[in-house]
Amino acid sequence: MADKKGLEKLASSVQKARAKVPPVRALVSQTSFPYRAPTTPLTVEPKPEEPTLLGHYDSDWARKLPARYARFFLTEGLVRPVIAGLAQPERKGLDRLADLEGPVIFAANHHSHLDAGLLITSLPEPYRHQVFAAAAADYFFDTRVKATASALVLNAIPIERTKVGRRSAEQAASLIDDGWSMIIFPEGGRSPDGWGQPFRGGAAYLAIKCDVPVVPIHLAGTGRILPKGKSRPKPQRTVVTFGTPLRPAEGERSQPFSDRIEAAVAALADEATTDWYSARRRAAAGETPTLAGPETGAWRRNWALTANRKTSSTTKRWPEL
Amino acid sequence: MPRPGFVLDVDKSTPPILFHHGEGFRLEKLPADRSRVIYPGEPLDALDDVEAEIQAALLNPLEMDPLPELLNPGMKLTIAFDDVSLPLPPMKRPDIRQRVIEAVLDMAAAAGVDDVHLIAALALHRRMTEDELRHAVGDRVYDAFAPQGALYNHDAEDPDNLAYLGETKHGEEVEINKRAAESDLLVYVNINIVSMDGGHKSTATGLASYRAIKHHHNVHTMEHSKSFMDRHNSELHHSNWRMGKVIADAGVKVFQIETTINNDTFGDALPMSVLAKREWEWTAKDRVSFIGMQQGLKRISGSTRRKIFQAHRAPYGVTSVTAGAIEPVHERTLQHCFDQHLVEVEGQTDILTMGLPYICPYNVNSIMNPILVMCLGLGYFFNMYRGKPLVREGGVLIMTHPTPWEFHPVHHPSYIDFFEQVLADTTDPKEIEQKWEKQFAEDEWYRHLYRTSYAYHGVHPFYMWYWGSHALKHLGRVIIVGGDKRAVHRLGFKAASTLNDAFEMAEDVVGRHPTITHLKNPPIVMADVK
Repeated sequence: MADKKGLEKLASSVQKARAKVPPVRALVSQTSFPYRAPTTPLTVEPKPEEPTLLGHYDSDWARKLPARYARFFLTEGLVRPVIAGLAQPERKGLDRLADLEGPVIFAANHHSHLDAGLLITSLPEPYRHQVFAAAAADYFFDTRVKATASALVLNAIPIERTKVGRRSAEQAASLIDDGWSMIIFPEGGRSPDGWGQPFRGGAAYLAIKCDVPVVPIHLAGTGRILPKGKSRPKPQRTVVTFGTPLRPAEGERSQPFSDRIEAAVAALADEATTDWYSARRRAAAGETPTLAGPETGAWRRNWALTANRKTSSTTKRWPEL
Repeated sequence: MPRPGFVLDVDKSTPPILFHHGEGFRLEKLPADRSRVIYPGEPLDALDDVEAEIQAALLNPLEMDPLPELLNPGMKLTIAFDDVSLPLPPMKRPDIRQRVIEAVLDMAAAAGVDDVHLIAALALHRRMTEDELRHAVGDRVYDAFAPQGALYNHDAEDPDNLAYLGETKHGEEVEINKRAAESDLLVYVNINIVSMDGGHKSTATGLASYRAIKHHHNVHTMEHSKSFMDRHNSELHHSNWRMGKVIADAGVKVFQIETTINNDTFGDALPMSVLAKREWEWTAKDRVSFIGMQQGLKRISGSTRRKIFQAHRAPYGVTSVTAGAIEPVHERTLQHCFDQHLVEVEGQTDILTMGLPYICPYNVNSIMNPILVMCLGLGYFFNMYRGKPLVREGGVLIMTHPTPWEFHPVHHPSYIDFFEQVLADTTDPKEIEQKWEKQFAEDEWYRHLYRTSYAYHGVHPFYMWYWGSHALKHLGRVIIVGGDKRAVHRLGFKAASTLNDAFEMAEDVVGRHPTITHLKNPPIVMADVK
């Protein structure tokens, strides 16, 4: 009996105490400036909000020391094992980078979201942890979460691909001048059908502006792992082929240089699907197959794409008897 | 500005000197006031743009037309290149051979040349493995040619693929690889790590058969090559030059591409970088690193030590690329070699000391057996002179090396029998040559292993012994410090536990208070003895 009375007493005292505390909503409504945001006078045009997403996202924090450490562990501890499991990459042509010094622009073809991760984990030191990626502002920087993740994991900066803007180019140039190398996919987006798209002039423009070499790179196989439009990856073998660094010639303009970069990537694609000497023969004769593939109907383009895949082994299936 | 090599007169304040000792090192105090140390020059500046230099060499060859003008679509092109014995240790990727071969093939591709073969010019050395070929020519070239059977090792015992081209006025038969002999153009890509390499020797030895090679790889030739690092005073080279003339007269057109590398054998990264430093310039970090390396090496097994050392790849810088006709190209190459290696030395010495490292041309990815220890010391290092030998006639040679009684059964099968059978009988090169050479050279089993496995030719250990015959004839005694006593005695040398013991033993031969000279090699140094 005594216990029951005690409990009732406790409940009533809690109720009394709660009645004394005002509800949160009431508290908020009662607070005033400066604890609350000021209201705008009706006669005054409100100041437009500073955009902080898309091309305006400020990713400087991602190059500060704590973020760099975090990225190092993410790259080596998460991205690398994931890429190794999904893409089983074979890396070729790294010897062509032996004489490189200072910042460079790595320009690759683009088939899949895996490309950036594959490329970063394929870069030799000292570039692997001193590189930033140029990422589409409208895709990677449209929400706060995606923007933060892109900046942290890929050290990405937003690049406008739907409108002409100086901000992106100036930010990229400034980072290159500070000694950072850059990863860029000059096609501007992932391939819609497995064939390449024409290269845009951004990589060439920046190389000329900053006087740095461009390393052409061909990525083969990522389009079969996670192509555009798919969300579930399917593990496949990939080949990353690094090309000889290209430098802009004296007085060369962006477009011709961009065409040279595209031709170099096409030659690497040829090398990856045939062999180096055959590719050099075709390059010398001006017969390197284009990245864009044959100008035919969709099924024939798909047909040609499957025909292009190199068989994995040169060993004979049957012994010669 | 790299500092040239020099001769240090040892005084009381000279620190102990680093001696290589196989897969290890020794620090040895040399007697003051009568010892000197010959230090190699620091690495010469490497070419800034190697690719551009290769292009320039191919487009502006010496006494030949530019390479593109020698190429046409229907031609037969053969590219021969130096084998795994060069450079030492192997260089970091990309190997200079790869760079040159890719440039040559780029021009061949532009000219539309279809019929291209690439041949590793290994003479009587073991065949190169796929990994070694890939390292030398690069993956791109390997993948483009090897699957079609167009990249392969030269076979000096394949009667169907050898061409007899005639004989020299001295009666030396000339027989070389048939594909190379019958090509419209033979491009030879070499690495001149020392002045012995290159010139006519590239083709006349590298692509030759036993029938041809035996005419200059013999005791008489080696005893009359003083030294074989000085091509103008080398009977070995005179013979190769005579053979080169026969090859040219037979219509074989050779476009020679010679390259030289600097002395950057150990790079800038500790602990290996300390091996290239002069002892009094070692910093506290260098010393800690060296002590750590020594202690670490002591605590691991011999095979692990060997694996660690054999995995070292040298960051050599390329100092020259020269192309064109063999003789003018080689003269220029020699000058580049001498610029890096030659150090002027005043007079001979009573005792010559040397620390033998873990590698010689014939144990890349392999074991340095006692015969190779003899060859490296008495063959290569003893001959690193121009003018007169560093040690006087009748003097003593002291080498440091563990000299293990150990052989690589795949690479060196005939060495095992040579050591067990031939050296147990005699160590006299002339007697060995007369009594035993033919039997080993023509042995069917050794021939089979050379052609189909990865074995050196049956006659190869004989050549290693002949390589030291000039030194054997010249020296009063050879002492190996820290070597396996049984193995050292089998070689016909004396074994000593310490360097001081060796000096004591040497005094029996050269008298009291002898002068001592230490050849501090590697990095490579060659004495110009006045």
